[in-house]
Amino acid sequence: MNLAAAANENMAYISNVLIYSAMAVYTLAFIAHMAEWVLGSRSKVGRTAAALTASDGTGDAGRTETVEISGGKGGTTVLERPKVVTRGGSGSRDVPDGPGAAGSDAGGDMSGRIAISLTVLAFAIHAAGVLARALSVQRAPWGNMYEFSTTFSMVAVGAYVVGLALRKNVRWLGLPLVTTVLLDLGLAVSVFYTESDQLVPALDSYWLYIHVSCAIISGAVLYLGAVATLLYLFRDRYEAKLAAADGPQPGAFATSVLERLPSAATLDKFAYRINAAVFPLWTFTLIAGAIWAEAAWGRYWGWDPKEVWTFITWVAYACYLHARATAGWRGRKAAYLALVAFACFLFNYYGVNLFVDGLHSYA
Amino acid sequence: MSETGTNTEIDPSATESAEGRAEGPDTEPPGGSAAARLSTAPADSINVPALGLLGWARWSWRQLTSMRVALILLFLLSLGAIPGSLIPQSGVSPMKVEEFRQAHQTLAPIYDRLGLFHVYSSVWYSAIYILLFVSLIGCIVPRGWQLTRQLRGRPPAAPRRLGRLPAYTSWRTGAAPEEVLGAAHRLLGRSRFRTHRSGDAVAAEKGYLREVGNLLFHIALIVILVAFAVGQLWKSEGGKLVVEGDGFSNTLIQYDEFSSGTLFDSDGLAPFGFALDGFDATFERTGPQKGTPRTFRARATYWEGASGEERKTVIEVNKPLEVAGNKVYLVGHGYAPVVTVRDGQGDIAYQGPTPFLPQGDTGFTSVGVIKVPDYRDKEGKKNQLGFQGRFLPTFALDEVRGPHSSFPALDYPVLAINAYRGDLGIDSGVPQSVYQLETEKMKQFKDAEGEPFRKFLRPGESAELPNGAGSIEFEGVKTWATFQVSHQPANGLALVGAVAALAGLAGSLFIQRRRVWVRASRGADGETLVELAGLGRSESPKLPEELADLAVALRAEAPVSGAAGEPAAEEGSEAEADDPATKHPDPEPEEAAGPDNQGNDPADPVEGARA
Ligand code: HEM
Repeated sequence: MNLAAAANENMAYISNVLIYSAMAVYTLAFIAHMAEWVLGSRSKVGRTAAALTASDGTGDAGRTETVEISGGKGGTTVLERPKVVTRGGSGSRDVPDGPGAAGSDAGGDMSGRIAISLTVLAFAIHAAGVLARALSVQRAPWGNMYEFSTTFSMVAVGAYVVGLALRKNVRWLGLPLVTTVLLDLGLAVSVFYTESDQLVPALDSYWLYIHVSCAIISGAVLYLGAVATLLYLFRDRYEAKLAAADGPQPGAFATSVLERLPSAATLDKFAYRINAAVFPLWTFTLIAGAIWAEAAWGRYWGWDPKEVWTFITWVAYACYLHARATAGWRGRKAAYLALVAFACFLFNYYGVNLFVDGLHSYA
Repeated sequence: MSETGTNTEIDPSATESAEGRAEGPDTEPPGGSAAARLSTAPADSINVPALGLLGWARWSWRQLTSMRVALILLFLLSLGAIPGSLIPQSGVSPMKVEEFRQAHQTLAPIYDRLGLFHVYSSVWYSAIYILLFVSLIGCIVPRGWQLTRQLRGRPPAAPRRLGRLPAYTSWRTGAAPEEVLGAAHRLLGRSRFRTHRSGDAVAAEKGYLREVGNLLFHIALIVILVAFAVGQLWKSEGGKLVVEGDGFSNTLIQYDEFSSGTLFDSDGLAPFGFALDGFDATFERTGPQKGTPRTFRARATYWEGASGEERKTVIEVNKPLEVAGNKVYLVGHGYAPVVTVRDGQGDIAYQGPTPFLPQGDTGFTSVGVIKVPDYRDKEGKKNQLGFQGRFLPTFALDEVRGPHSSFPALDYPVLAINAYRGDLGIDSGVPQSVYQLETEKMKQFKDAEGEPFRKFLRPGESAELPNGAGSIEFEGVKTWATFQVSHQPANGLALVGAVAALAGLAGSLFIQRRRVWVRASRGADGETLVELAGLGRSESPKLPEELADLAVALRAEAPVSGAAGEPAAEEGSEAEADDPATKHPDPEPEEAAGPDNQGNDPADPVEGARA
């Protein structure tokens, strides 16, 4: 008994060391990302503006894409594969994606790769830290805000790493993600830190595992969607300014940063796909929570503040999906709704736990 | 238009809603031309007010069931839910509402008038969700019809210029058009498209489950709402404290407190009962979390019906007992010291366990009151006794806190009591709390020094009251537990609705609805031009790939003539660029289909189905 307790405290200690180490490596990744952006700014990108002017002249000339079956690198496939002409609908700008933070600068690209390697390393340490914490408390690592925060950012980085592994176009997420993960971990270790402990009986149910793990995954992935949405808003404004040649043009700094991001259309689609893909999971989170509440408190819905905010967040995302399907609401307006919806998620987590007392406020 | 900037999609459902749900002003004007806007705008916002009452009614209905209003109502639904999470709600915590009223004398009446203490049943919030659900029904019904029509109809015929569609490919082959179309027909059929061949083209469509899923989801929302309403109207919920060894049977008078929905009939209480055999609680013994609860288990025996068979069970915090359509939840627990009070004559005036209420400290200090209404003093005169007790499960003493309890378990239980005599006030008819002693008409016993009589008793010990007034013996401790018995009809229905909603949502968001057309026409050179085009929602990048896959498969039967593998797509687009008809900005495919094809818009499944 006592031996086990000592082992647990040992584990908790190891976990803390790992989390701090992860933070150190994330910091290095952050620096490498900064280097990537700074070095990249030396390279002349200048592609977006040209593309915009070109597309202004010719209207929506069809874009030709070679569809490859074997995912090889550009143009090396010898498969006999028909070319499919794709074209955007009315009003699309047909702007190509920016080249990424490094631009065409070799040094920038190198530090970008270093940043990614460091991020993957930090993620591994981070995950080990979360695992050690779970072992030390002998349950899932999300019984309080400290554990929730560390797990949350771990899943967000994990999703990003998976995206990289699948060769999705997500490299542009690197800097904002690493920055906020550092922020989140910093908050976790300084403000929310809780000694490892076990759960009070009310929290001890397998629906908790299902409900909370889904909530964490949804939130972490929705966070990536929110970052994309925010960047979309900036990039969209930038492209709009460029397109309106006689209006005010974007400043040098904005240009330097924004021209390297993917096009507004790409960012918007990325955000939509993420939000749409997570929405069913978030719905399931809500349902699992209701089932758990039914088992624990005798009613599946009782307008407890946490439940209310889960509901608000859910409806806000439904709003966003509706907006996407409603002409006149797509684009920026829908993007604002997506940000509002994610703000609701954040409030549900931080705001409700800290400022509103209800049955859920276990932190 | 450039504001939105992102709709690189030609969205079948957008056009669909323009037709089916009359929200023309919302629909993006094709190409942004003012003429196009006018010509497609339905009557709603312009003419209808002149049509009088009926016209207005129809106009309002159309507005209400439009996607834009649904969006606004949804937004209001979430906005309106906010105050209920920040202001105490009478349905959730009436005590906090009371506190709030005391603290905010001016604000409270305003809140009252706005229904802010019961947001979710207030008039304005109800209005929002009722309107939303009316809108929802008004949206589901036409969409349901549309879908059945589409399923009975055929995939819409090919637009005239396939090259204008979002995904397009073409090549020349030596095979005859008939052969190509036949092969395409078979191929698309094998890929589980619904196909239809007419003229020089095969039309195919797939992914109807998206629409089905969407309808299922929205219908499921209504099912959930109905289930919730039924649950609220017919529910019953009661609380009962049961001391170890005692029982409960499900009748109204046995409850400590009881509430029910407006339509609940108390004769409908299901006959069942249970007895508490014992309660086990364990607590963390070491570490910084010392004293926090680890397990709570109520061992119980229950029976169903008037003379049902008895069964043993264990009720835990997340594991209610389900019996006779009711659920019995464990909600609290505590200690009930067992005492025997003897009067001045030496007769037993009171005996039994008395539940004490925990005070919320980590040591589980509990307080309670023992009332002895039938008591005779030394002279045999009738009087009443009252004891105030403090129960300390693990007695400890230190200088700062004095006597207190250091741990919630029964490690060293001590009962501390004060004693009073006089009128308990329970005969006055005014209801009294069993946990409080009204001491106004009572006198406290004093010891020999004139100090208030106070005793600390260990189990088995007893204390003599001063002047031979009797004695009190602390025999031992029993546990008690509080249970919530609730009956909530339509829980199953809500679950069914939730599962259906989830399934529908998955279908609606993950299934891609798309159309593919294949046209084969003999050119001047005697070769056959094969064209493939696809239309879908561009949120998915898969359409071009799917089209390419189809093209690869079709090329097996209609091989590319000339230089093998030479993509003809570029030719196609170049040919198109030369075509004067495509020079002006009319990127919507239905426009490109030409005037003779007006009522037969391929992008509009309804129209297609009608054709
Ligand atoms: C009770 C509140 C409602 C909720 C929570 C809700 C939720 C949703 C969600 C999550 C979607 C996304 C599915 C998708 O994009 O395919 C959706 C789609 C849709 N909803 Fe609702 N909805 C509600 C009410 C309504 C109402 C009142 C209407 C009609 C006026 C409506 C019409 C539609 C339509 C037409 C779509 C399909 C959009 C598309 O094809 O992308 N919904 N709804």
